[in-house]
Amino acid sequence: MALRSLNRLSFALPGCRTFSTVKLPDLPYDYGALEPSISGQIMELHHSKHHQTYVNGLNAAMEKYQEADSKSDLAALIALESAIKFNGGGHVNHSLFWKNLIPAKDFKPPSGEIASLIDKDFGSLDGLIGKFTPAAAGIQGSGWAWLGFNKATGKLSIATTANQDPLSTQGLVPLLGVDMWEHAFYLQYKNVKPDYLKAIWKVINWQNVGDNLAAAK
Amino acid sequence: MAYNLPPLPYDYGALEPHIDTETMQIHHDKHHATYVKNLNAAVEKFPELKDVGIVDLNKSIGTSKIPSDVATAVRNNGGGHLNHSFFWQVMGKSSDNNGPSSDLKAAIDSAFGSLDELKTKFNAAAAGRFGSGWAWVVVKSDGNLAVTSTPNQDNPLFSGAEVAGVPILGLDVWEHAYYLKYRNLRPEYISAFWKVVNWETVNNYYSAGKKGSFSIEPSRS
Repeated sequence: MALRSLNRLSFALPGCRTFSTVKLPDLPYDYGALEPSISGQIMELHHSKHHQTYVNGLNAAMEKYQEADSKSDLAALIALESAIKFNGGGHVNHSLFWKNLIPAKDFKPPSGEIASLIDKDFGSLDGLIGKFTPAAAGIQGSGWAWLGFNKATGKLSIATTANQDPLSTQGLVPLLGVDMWEHAFYLQYKNVKPDYLKAIWKVINWQNVGDNLAAAK
Repeated sequence: MAYNLPPLPYDYGALEPHIDTETMQIHHDKHHATYVKNLNAAVEKFPELKDVGIVDLNKSIGTSKIPSDVATAVRNNGGGHLNHSFFWQVMGKSSDNNGPSSDLKAAIDSAFGSLDELKTKFNAAAAGRFGSGWAWVVVKSDGNLAVTSTPNQDNPLFSGAEVAGVPILGLDVWEHAYYLKYRNLRPEYISAFWKVVNWETVNNYYSAGKKGSFSIEPSRS
């Protein structure tokens, strides 16, 4: 992603911008479109405040990173790593998440490749949900629950990551992510995570999950 | 029952408008209660952990005293139970507030320069803790004060804590602690927190902490 575009030549060409700033992606639906599973109030805060903050944070960190890179200031580069991980991870994860969701009226169950793989690796969609939900509910602190694809084995895998760590840190391709940070559900569900986890399955965009699988293969 | 949910030292609405009633209700009656319930379930089969007391239990976290199959549950829920029990104590109606004792003030000035500079450091630690966690002021074993933050339900009493010490002040920065009223605006919550710090209690924690001692309910001397 963005880090790949960091050009080692930049220190020889001072002032040359090689990192393109990232932008907050638009949601594919209105803020209220995922009701009643996820409230419009949450969607608006989540997208326009939380995700926007990660975008701003990533751009700021990458600007500093470029500057440090141009001066070959390794200590400064290292000091920026956690800001890049937090904010970059936040941007990557949320960008995936918005596309993983769809208004309930447009919901279609999994079909094609993704459906076959789910049946193969979990028995059925219910089998997947039965394993995914407790994994998500069991996250301590902030984090994400994932349905990931292992390119080496061709298998699906349920995983969790802490904070904004992207799934790539576990060597899996993210197909579906569920945000378990409290900001993702608290205003509507308070401490009752199981209710959020029950409701979210009604608004999963399985077409998008299937597209993510196709892109990964 | 080995561990018990302590009652709040004040009404749910006592910290308004800085911390809202609904948050106090859910935070104490649901979140803290769940840590207690889960802790009791985790230590059910371990009598040596059931009766050791919450402070000593936390001091054992990170050591082999906690059996490995319950280590994570004890860390999260034992930590959560102590942290929240302590948190209710360090807060109070904003009228209970004469500020740090002369002893504590001297220690603050020595470590940070002034109370304002302590607040600046503490606020930065609280705002900068990514994800869930806590910010703390501790008395270290060398007697000096320090500001630190910990992830999730970790605290500075754990064995192997990055900055180890006896807590005298703590702030929950998990989103459930502030989201209903402050939404994403954690820094506003952190500023408001200072209006509900119960300095009398903090002074007592400091007096005990200076001698290396810590108990949830600091004796009023």
